[in-house]
Amino acid sequence: MSDPKIEGYVLKPGFRGMAEDTGSDQTMFKGVHWGKAMMWIFLLSDTFIFSCFLISYMKGRGSTLIDWPNASEVFGLHVFGVEVPLLLIAIMTFVLITSSGTMALAVKYGYEKNRKMCGWLILATAIGGLTFVGMQAFEWSKLIHEGVRPWENPFGAPQFGSFFFMITGFHGTHVSIGVIFLFIYAYKTFKGHYDEGKRGWFTSMKGDYVEIEILGLYWHFVDLVWVFIFAFFYLW
Amino acid sequence: MNETTKQEQTTTHKIGIYLWIWGLLFVLSFFSYMVDWYQFQGMLRWSLILVFMFLKAGLIMAFFMHLYWERYALVNVLLWPMTAIACFIFLMVAEFEYTVFTRLFYFVVGG
Repeated sequence: MSDPKIEGYVLKPGFRGMAEDTGSDQTMFKGVHWGKAMMWIFLLSDTFIFSCFLISYMKGRGSTLIDWPNASEVFGLHVFGVEVPLLLIAIMTFVLITSSGTMALAVKYGYEKNRKMCGWLILATAIGGLTFVGMQAFEWSKLIHEGVRPWENPFGAPQFGSFFFMITGFHGTHVSIGVIFLFIYAYKTFKGHYDEGKRGWFTSMKGDYVEIEILGLYWHFVDLVWVFIFAFFYLW
Repeated sequence: MNETTKQEQTTTHKIGIYLWIWGLLFVLSFFSYMVDWYQFQGMLRWSLILVFMFLKAGLIMAFFMHLYWERYALVNVLLWPMTAIACFIFLMVAEFEYTVFTRLFYFVVGG
């Protein structure tokens, strides 16, 4: 990847390239849009927040002497007279992965300046995210109805509720914020803000399809966090 | 002209790669659901969960988030801090084992 900022500067690949990029006394992330670098740094800090939640969950679950609720039964659904374990969570996982795929394609079509295709795919992603949040609201109300509270629940160790509401709630908030931005960006894409280079609200930066990739990074991160929550909270 | 073609090569990739990764993510998610469906227990369950989880996370980061194509300067800044999280996990494992030990000790022995 060549950096348009530095004329005649040939970038080296691999670890030598990394050493030269880092020690070159200029921009460190060469060829990377500043917005993208900033989004990555934000995601790194967010990773630490989610890690702290999951590690405290591990610590809480590991140090209690009361049996932990069986997630397979707690999150099971009763459909057509059959008890299907973890059904809702499995559907939520598939919905989120579907929306992640449409987002990846939206980024690709954005860079190809295919405005319509990019816009429709962002809209599809937003609808996927909305479906996910809707199912999560259903799951929460179901559990609250069954008597799960942050301080007690009928299934086992009382800590279960507080970790559940904290972790899935924080993730759900991320999804909701993502959905809002997806709708805004779908609108901006259809209006052609990224083709014309129209400036945003809080920035003097000219609109560019790189913004779709930045939004995509956030959305994939939300999916990434769900992979870990799915594994540790629902399956473990 | 030469410069623009070079730029396009680095920023967009063939649709096939995305569809492949997408399909793989579905398959891996299905497998991890099957871990629960067949009620595997013990080490088999935990190792399968971890393997599928890391495969999925790796695929998303490498291809959907384009890390595979980024320069090492960025990739290393993002991935090395994960060792701090790994350290924290080790510390907290020691911590909860100690807590559970003291609880068992005082509940059984009675102080």
